[in-house]
Amino acid sequence: MPRRDDISTIMVLGSGPIVIGQAGEFDYSGTQGARALREEGYRVVLVNSNPATIMTDPSVADRTYVEPLDVESVEAIIELERPDALLPTLGGQTALNLAMDLSAAGVLERFGVELIGADVAAIRRAEDREVFRDTMAAAGLAVPENRVVSDMEAGRRAVAELGLPVILRPGFTLGGEGGGAAHTPEEFESMLEKALAASPISQVLIDRSLVGWAEIELEVVRDTADNAVIVCSIENIDPMGVHTGDSVTVAPVMTLTDPELQRLRDAAIAVIRAVGVSTGGANVQFALDRASGEMVVIEMNPRVSRSSALASKATGFPIAKIAARLAVGYTLDELPNEITGVTPASFEPSLDYVAVKIPRFAFEKVPGASSELTTHMKSVGEVLALGRTFGEAFGKAMSGRELDVRPRTPRDGAEALEILRTPSWDRYDVILWALANGVGEEAVREATHIDPWFLSQLGALAAARTAVGGSLDALDATALRTARRAGVVDRDIAVATGATELQVGERRRALGVRPTYHAVDTCAAEFEALTPYYYAGFEETIAPRSSSSARAPTGSGRGSSSTTAASTPPRRSATSAMRR
Amino acid sequence: MSPGETWVVLEDGLVLPARSVGAPGTALGEMVFTTGMSGYQEAVTDPSYLGQILCFAAPMIGNYGAGPGLDESTRAWPGAVIMRRAGDAAGVGGPTGWRTWLSERGVVAVEDCDTRRLVRHLRDRGAMRGGVTTEMLPDELLAMVRAHPVLDGRDLASQAAGPARMLGTEGPRVVAIDCGMKESIARGLVGAGCRLDVVPAGVTAAEVLARDPDGVFLSNGPGDPAAVTTVIETVRGLLGEVPVFGICLGHQMLSQALGLSTRKLAFGHRGANHPVRRSDDGRVEITVQNHGYAVVDDGLPDGVEVTRTSLFDGSVEGIAAPELRAWSVQYHPEASPGPRDARYMFSEFVSSLGGGR
Repeated sequence: MPRRDDISTIMVLGSGPIVIGQAGEFDYSGTQGARALREEGYRVVLVNSNPATIMTDPSVADRTYVEPLDVESVEAIIELERPDALLPTLGGQTALNLAMDLSAAGVLERFGVELIGADVAAIRRAEDREVFRDTMAAAGLAVPENRVVSDMEAGRRAVAELGLPVILRPGFTLGGEGGGAAHTPEEFESMLEKALAASPISQVLIDRSLVGWAEIELEVVRDTADNAVIVCSIENIDPMGVHTGDSVTVAPVMTLTDPELQRLRDAAIAVIRAVGVSTGGANVQFALDRASGEMVVIEMNPRVSRSSALASKATGFPIAKIAARLAVGYTLDELPNEITGVTPASFEPSLDYVAVKIPRFAFEKVPGASSELTTHMKSVGEVLALGRTFGEAFGKAMSGRELDVRPRTPRDGAEALEILRTPSWDRYDVILWALANGVGEEAVREATHIDPWFLSQLGALAAARTAVGGSLDALDATALRTARRAGVVDRDIAVATGATELQVGERRRALGVRPTYHAVDTCAAEFEALTPYYYAGFEETIAPRSSSSARAPTGSGRGSSSTTAASTPPRRSATSAMRR
Repeated sequence: MSPGETWVVLEDGLVLPARSVGAPGTALGEMVFTTGMSGYQEAVTDPSYLGQILCFAAPMIGNYGAGPGLDESTRAWPGAVIMRRAGDAAGVGGPTGWRTWLSERGVVAVEDCDTRRLVRHLRDRGAMRGGVTTEMLPDELLAMVRAHPVLDGRDLASQAAGPARMLGTEGPRVVAIDCGMKESIARGLVGAGCRLDVVPAGVTAAEVLARDPDGVFLSNGPGDPAAVTTVIETVRGLLGEVPVFGICLGHQMLSQALGLSTRKLAFGHRGANHPVRRSDDGRVEITVQNHGYAVVDDGLPDGVEVTRTSLFDGSVEGIAAPELRAWSVQYHPEASPGPRDARYMFSEFVSSLGGGR
């Protein structure tokens, strides 16, 4: 179906101030979406209370209002601008809640404004915990055993039935604000009081604790013709119990068999259909007990989310831009994959690299705040790194955090394990220390519940860091390349050898160990990429040892020269990228 | 990085160093890549890879071990497997490490190969022969690669077929002509409620009809579809007599029996993310594909229609001859590994046969 001609002005709501749990990712998605709608010829009216954003730049929308994101202000703007439609799915929970308020206040009906991207019923099915539970049950999917309570007495009854520990999740809040895990009756009482206060509808979900289960997210996109694709699968390395915004995550999923992954894929598509998000993106979160295979749906965001911004960058599939176009009537097969130019958006990106996200915390700026990681998000930013292997991506992301505070260095293995029992901002630094200092992977697993596969990868990274100890002059090209491929960055080598990062880089380059660049092309190199972006790796490009045999090729005659061609981006792609 | 004497060579002279993680030896075949990100064991046990060397574009392979639950057949089929990184730990996929699994089955397997480089090379220059060795220099291997027969013109169906067997206990009787059929296809058909009489390729139309089938299934398989002349002849004898459903090679054989021809694709379709549009309702399915040849669509015979088209390159993904009650798809509704959007086809086929006797 082509774009809708019955609407001409579309209002887009931003996400307001930058707060923990709702930050620059919604500026990214709102800007993408607004631009896409203008490219389609619609008049875009943007409302955001935060002027320090890209989306409020005058070039992004036709009319930009920097006004409070509340019913009164937005109603006045609607009266003035008379939009035909309102797109609330690009501005995070703030925009979604405001759209619900505008609907409840009768504003949308009064001015004939149609909600596009997600309707009121779908938003309610996803956000109201009780309705969501019933919706999932009707679709044959389980949710964590839980109780929805609106007062303290009901809460006490619920916890008597579920048993401690439990997880509290206030309804209609962002970033899990006011929620968390309660381990004791006293903790539960005080947390429930806070949670009830935090929820605008005084509704709190009390979940059976799934601490230690695997947490997997899928990004789904659906169009008006009911085509649905999975853009990305994301695995949380931190198991259930740590908010996904505070978890180290990896894309694509690393540790699931294909039958398990397909079960989640089928379920994610069933969820988006059951909730009734007819166009656009949604994020579906699952918990999986690896031992029994039991799977439950944790939650579903009927909008572009923090994870969709991450998935977009990790895969090259611009979810917000596509979601905006789907909201005005296009189907996925009508939209191009702009990176390849020749294939449609109705496909699922295939990755030949690994993306690792590591959150960035700033507890030093909030003295007195508990630095324990819980189901209430506390990170203030994140690093996303791409590498050819998990270790390479993980090592890059660790070094990209630009820490202002040094991670703890345990006195001994016992103290390391003690630290690791409580999820904290520097737990991965402590894990790497522990694995490098004789603590076994099994002991770390018991303390953290992190899957053994990830611990084996972290163990390999720790070993690779240890291997570069000693003098920098003693490290030859092979040692340096091996280290970089394992995820040991120049700074790590500097720390291990007592040299400076600059000296390491100079020696590395002098020995010819230079990065190679690889495109994020959505298709694992199956098609040529017209507008890709690149990440660095240290892929093998050396000429084979036996020189005559290495140049054995006749025929095309490019056998030896192509070894160098692989180390620079393909020229044609670079030019077309510049032309844009 | 010390790759040792392990090499990956293409017939046009590309030489890539690698490290052996499987059985020692030398393997030759058509070099192909898959962009699928999950299900390494299912891929390697797919008989359609006979005569080929399989390169995984996804870089982290073997993360969760291997075990009998994920087999698509009783053995590994590619002559060699090329990976960027191969794990060897047990996991939810089974108790055997992946490298160990490959070694135990005699599969030449390598890691630390620049697989992205290899994929781009094949994408730009098309399918070609290649080799992997742990025991000789690249130029020696190159000579062997160039002397190795090309895949075109090779009928590998009977080599890939399993033994005759009966599966399922009730419902209509379906004779499956096995040209290298994946187990998940057999499971899909039986699960849809039929009795499955599996017979190896080479069977004649008279022999099939003597089994009094309610329907005939044509399986996937390796090799050049134009070379599988005996099965195509068998299918010709079945058309109009009994409903026919084909997958992958089965689709190509049915198409040829109906008068169409096949052509070699530049570098094939292998992956789990291929969008296909259905002609009847315009819906898009995300499909699993594994083929190097496609049906040519210039000039359809009377009574034959194209039912599905690839949105990647416009190639034919499905055909039907409604009056002959014959239809087929180029892709894999059984998935395994990959998305299961098209699983409905098994029930569609079985329920179209009536309740059986």
